[in-house]
Amino acid sequence: MSHKNFTSAINDAIYQAMEIDKSVICYGLGVTDPKAVFGTTANLEKSFGSERVFDMPTSENAMTGVAIGAALNGIKSVMTHQRVDFFLLAMDQLVNSAAKWHYMFGSQCSVPITIRLIIGRGWGQGPTHSQNLQAWFSHIPGLKVVMPTTPADAKGLLISSILDPNPVVFLEHRWLHNSIGEVPDGDFRIPIGEAKVVRDGADITIVSMSYMTVEALHAAEFLAKHGIFCEIVDLRTIKPIDWPVIFNSVKKTGRLIALDSGFTTGSVAGEIVARVAMEVFSSLKSSPSRLAMPDVPEPTSYGLTKSFYIRSKNVAEKIMMMMDRDSSSIGNLLIEPEPHDVPGNWFKGPF
Amino acid sequence: MTGSLLISLFRQMYRIRAVEEGIALRYPEGKMRCPVHLSIGQESIPAVFAQSIALNDFAVSTHRGHAHYLAKGGNLNTMIAEIYGKSTGCAKGKGGSMHLIDLAVNFMGTSAIVGNSIPIGVGLALSAQLKGTDQISCVFLGDGATEEGVFYESINFAAVRKLPVLFICENNLYSVYSPLSVRQPKGRSIAKMVEAMGIEVAVSDGHNILSSYETMKNAVIRVRDTRAPLFLEFTTYRWREHCGHGFDNDIGYRTQEEFLEWQSRDPLNNLEQQMQKKGSVVVSSLGKIKSEIALEVERAFEFAENSPFPTQSEAYDGVYA
Repeated sequence: MSHKNFTSAINDAIYQAMEIDKSVICYGLGVTDPKAVFGTTANLEKSFGSERVFDMPTSENAMTGVAIGAALNGIKSVMTHQRVDFFLLAMDQLVNSAAKWHYMFGSQCSVPITIRLIIGRGWGQGPTHSQNLQAWFSHIPGLKVVMPTTPADAKGLLISSILDPNPVVFLEHRWLHNSIGEVPDGDFRIPIGEAKVVRDGADITIVSMSYMTVEALHAAEFLAKHGIFCEIVDLRTIKPIDWPVIFNSVKKTGRLIALDSGFTTGSVAGEIVARVAMEVFSSLKSSPSRLAMPDVPEPTSYGLTKSFYIRSKNVAEKIMMMMDRDSSSIGNLLIEPEPHDVPGNWFKGPF
Repeated sequence: MTGSLLISLFRQMYRIRAVEEGIALRYPEGKMRCPVHLSIGQESIPAVFAQSIALNDFAVSTHRGHAHYLAKGGNLNTMIAEIYGKSTGCAKGKGGSMHLIDLAVNFMGTSAIVGNSIPIGVGLALSAQLKGTDQISCVFLGDGATEEGVFYESINFAAVRKLPVLFICENNLYSVYSPLSVRQPKGRSIAKMVEAMGIEVAVSDGHNILSSYETMKNAVIRVRDTRAPLFLEFTTYRWREHCGHGFDNDIGYRTQEEFLEWQSRDPLNNLEQQMQKKGSVVVSSLGKIKSEIALEVERAFEFAENSPFPTQSEAYDGVYA
């Protein structure tokens, strides 16, 4: 067990996977540059050589196709893009080929590729550097979509993703990169598709993913002091979703709020609300609800993003309303941090 | 060119045409319930490819890919069964005419999206490089694909990483019904444009079987030896409609005169005439080839017709490996 941050855990996972399986290669724009994609790919070229770890042309779409072609002959690619937004150019290769290859060619060959995409919010990233498009990926049959919250989950899920025979979209929230936790050493894997109850509670189930789980934990901590006990289900994988864990929790608590770092309409949170309403309706004591980003692009200005994000305050407020409790004092008790657009005061940018 | 080589080329071209004419003949029956994109008129290119390529080399192709599949050695019965949507199809009925595969001959797949299979072929070449094999990867594409961004990205990566890819562009002048004149500036040579990106190129008239054969054979040898990419452009012409079994010269995007002019340069007919000049031994073997192929094609359709459909529950299988 080591004490390390999320980026080191990612780095460790790629290192372990490349050690375990000689057919794993790692590339992406900047993976061998001095900043090494926020440090996540540091020293990999030194360890495994430039045949297996390399920088690439600014060609997101073709390089995704290259990963597919290489996969058809047994090479497992770990691709990295510094923003999910850059990867949108590659949706043809991802959606039309990678996701469908195994199915549309009669299960004869699969496409084991892992695509690391970094999502985020804040620090002036603006409309096209801050999107959280997990719902898009989860809509596509054949893809797996992973969104870890803790450093240990990041490591365990990334090794599993790289060694999985299917294409996996691995979404890292930039605000989690500096978070620190205990991470098992060596070959440590967490199965894809298993959610985790990260806090027990009897009153309401919060289903969340990635950075929203951090906001959920803060809200739960606050609410516990006011006698409301939240159970938090951290999805970890959003495709396929671990429905039994969600249903069992809602059966216990009778209430659901789903959080999402993406836009509201068509969100993963919406899917969770729908399925819970359909499958365990009789267990619900109140209408299920969700909190996701508004259906507007994220603005750039510091002034415009104040109160723009879903914070623990919004979560706590919503839950108190669902519990018929007075939420008027929360504004003073759970104030948005200052500055509001960074994961912590220590963050000096650039993003 | 030796008599046996001419016979092999004839056999390849004749077989591909016979298969596609067979599809066209039966298509109106409504039993092949998926789009088909026939390449009748373009057979010289797959024929010279078949004569030049090794079994373990890779190939990928496009929506118009029957001929490339067959030229690589793909199984005829399973291709026809796939078009019929049968469980014995090369993709078990999941893919249809636009998704052909035969892993036994390293024909790795075709895509229904223009340009989509180009980088996949480049990735196969990367795998050969990483594994240190002598394989090359062949990418079939049309002139329309050279207007897609992914084409430039793929050529660029193949050049910068120095990958053993043979790009084979069949320029049939049309993207669906849109002529080159509305898609690319007048006077452009696709091959010269690609050459400027830093890889070797060669061109050939796809109606000239002998020059096309020399071009293809030399290109395959060159890529295998240098382990570097090479781009080939063949001039050719699609006789039938873009999608389907009929002719579409009457709908207004090209003229009957234009079609007849290209058809008069039919590489298959030209080759047969050349061979007939060679004398009676060759001519008698042509008759035998034709009847053998007719029987083979007939049996392929029987195989497809007699094969069962997949069970309905199989629709839900295979989403994940």
